[in-house]
Amino acid sequence: MLLVVEQLLNGLQFGLLLFLLAAGLTLVFGIMDLVNLAHGSLYMMGAYFAATFVAWTGNFVIGVLLALGATLLLGIALEFVALRHLYGRDHLDQVLATFGLILFFNDAVRLIWGPAGLALPLPAWLTVPLQIMPGIYYPAYRLAIIVVALAVALMLYLVVMRTRVGMLIRAGASNREMIGALGININLLFTLVFGLGAALAGLAGLMQAPILTVQIGMGENILILAFVIIVIGGIGSIRGAFLAAIFVGLIDTLGRAFLPDLLRQVLSSTAASTAAPALSSMLIYLLMAIVLVVRPEGLFPASKR
Amino acid sequence: MSVSFNARNVVTALVAAGLLLLPLYSQLTGNIFVLTLFTRIVIFALAAASLNLIMGYGGMMSFGHAAYLGIGGYAVGILAHEGIGSGFIQWPVAILASALFALAVGSLSLRTRGVYFIMITLAFAQMAYYVASGLARYGGDDGLTIYKRSDFDGLINLSGRVQFYYLCLACLFGGVYLIWRIVNSRFGMVVQGLRSNEARMQAIGFPANRYRLVCFVISGMMCGLAGALLANNTDFVSPASMYWTRSGDLMVMVILGGMGSLFGPVIGAIAYLLLEESLSQITEYWAMILGPMLLLIVLFGRGGIMGMLGRPRRG
Repeated sequence: MLLVVEQLLNGLQFGLLLFLLAAGLTLVFGIMDLVNLAHGSLYMMGAYFAATFVAWTGNFVIGVLLALGATLLLGIALEFVALRHLYGRDHLDQVLATFGLILFFNDAVRLIWGPAGLALPLPAWLTVPLQIMPGIYYPAYRLAIIVVALAVALMLYLVVMRTRVGMLIRAGASNREMIGALGININLLFTLVFGLGAALAGLAGLMQAPILTVQIGMGENILILAFVIIVIGGIGSIRGAFLAAIFVGLIDTLGRAFLPDLLRQVLSSTAASTAAPALSSMLIYLLMAIVLVVRPEGLFPASKR
Repeated sequence: MSVSFNARNVVTALVAAGLLLLPLYSQLTGNIFVLTLFTRIVIFALAAASLNLIMGYGGMMSFGHAAYLGIGGYAVGILAHEGIGSGFIQWPVAILASALFALAVGSLSLRTRGVYFIMITLAFAQMAYYVASGLARYGGDDGLTIYKRSDFDGLINLSGRVQFYYLCLACLFGGVYLIWRIVNSRFGMVVQGLRSNEARMQAIGFPANRYRLVCFVISGMMCGLAGALLANNTDFVSPASMYWTRSGDLMVMVILGGMGSLFGPVIGAIAYLLLEESLSQITEYWAMILGPMLLLIVLFGRGGIMGMLGRPRRG
């Protein structure tokens, strides 16, 4: 029981983190029609910035805020210098160009911060376990991730659904030419959306950093997960991304936690312990394959919102 | 097909002749490294050419082509590990296993289009990657060392550098010839027609996905062969050979050389791997230069190297 609750929370926390990454990706994809593989690099840069700024300032909160700003600026600069020229190009061109950006960022990080990973130490007030239910303790930091991510998700929802900018974003997702023709400055809107996506990716990266280490290539595996999520959720749909992210986070975490024991019921224990990690890593890809076969446009296609 | 003296054909002929004469150069100068390097290049050129068949001619953007490299490699590695050293068994198994994988992946993925197709092929390749990582008996994450190269009963000795190079080159030229025949056959015309206008082709009465699937499987088989060659070349196979960045490398080779041109991927593979090699000798941080170069190539070099040499001839 204790373990189940803990793993459910872990799954939720991981899913919300994935949502932050996937939200930016799906916005950029839905509105600019841009496949941005370098989104994972922004996630990585967020973590590196946070580790650096927290070490500089000696204050976790200030460091994190500085890192968020830095990732936002980096995202805007990246859009301005490179990605802007890729709108309207073939998806394949975009995949290749942003693949090149991944290569660049990985080596740039290696040049600046060195090949060894960094650690992002938590302040004392985030390391205490909190009692969430009688007898059940949960690390305060993971709880903080859940709270922050939920707050960001809510804010994103309010911005997209209740503000003028959000209205433009939604209009851009459904018909780009039309809002351009209506006199909206599309370039500015695109830069803004990209910066927002970059900041969300950076936030995901820096929140994950204290749990894992800050290292080169940390954005690549999770980027693929984020792509799986937006494909399952339906490209361009934030609601789809949210539900798919929670779903994927839960399946991945619960699979890793309980699959070995489940397999042990049917297989010999050595066979189970070798098959389980591979199988649990495969689970979400399997899920995506099934979803795409049944609904080739994802669960919530943006056009049908 | 008439042969004319345009820049594309001249470059193609020069590159082909260069590849043929390379061992001679290596013998004369005693430069063994260049032969090892080019053996690798030729193998990747075969993989890139196979990807070009579906990407350039079929319009199917597979982002999981490295999976076949891994499957072909693991077929050789696992059989060698189990004591079956004969290449007459290993290689057909490698090709067959790739065909089966391509059949499964293709029949599911071809229901989707565009970005969804890119992503679902990627997902299947990642699944293959995790399966390989889970093969504890065959090294798991660390990979599997192949202690003895495929044995062809004295017909050809794969441990001989020059012999192995020519075998790889023969596979490459054979593969390119096969693609040329496919592309210019009725079957190839249908596949290219589907890329241009699927609705019309279906209206004429061609079953779109069946044609695409066959093309997809042929491509997978060729890449599986490249995987078997690669495993023999490195005496080693590991999950890393099917990681998604490897699929990205293959895509880059195709685009760099010129998608949808017969010899483009070969030139792309040569250019990409030579670039990687020479940049890595200048600086440890070669990818910092290579990455932005890719971006520039995409932005300004439409049609890749072959495209710069003249207008691509379609089908």
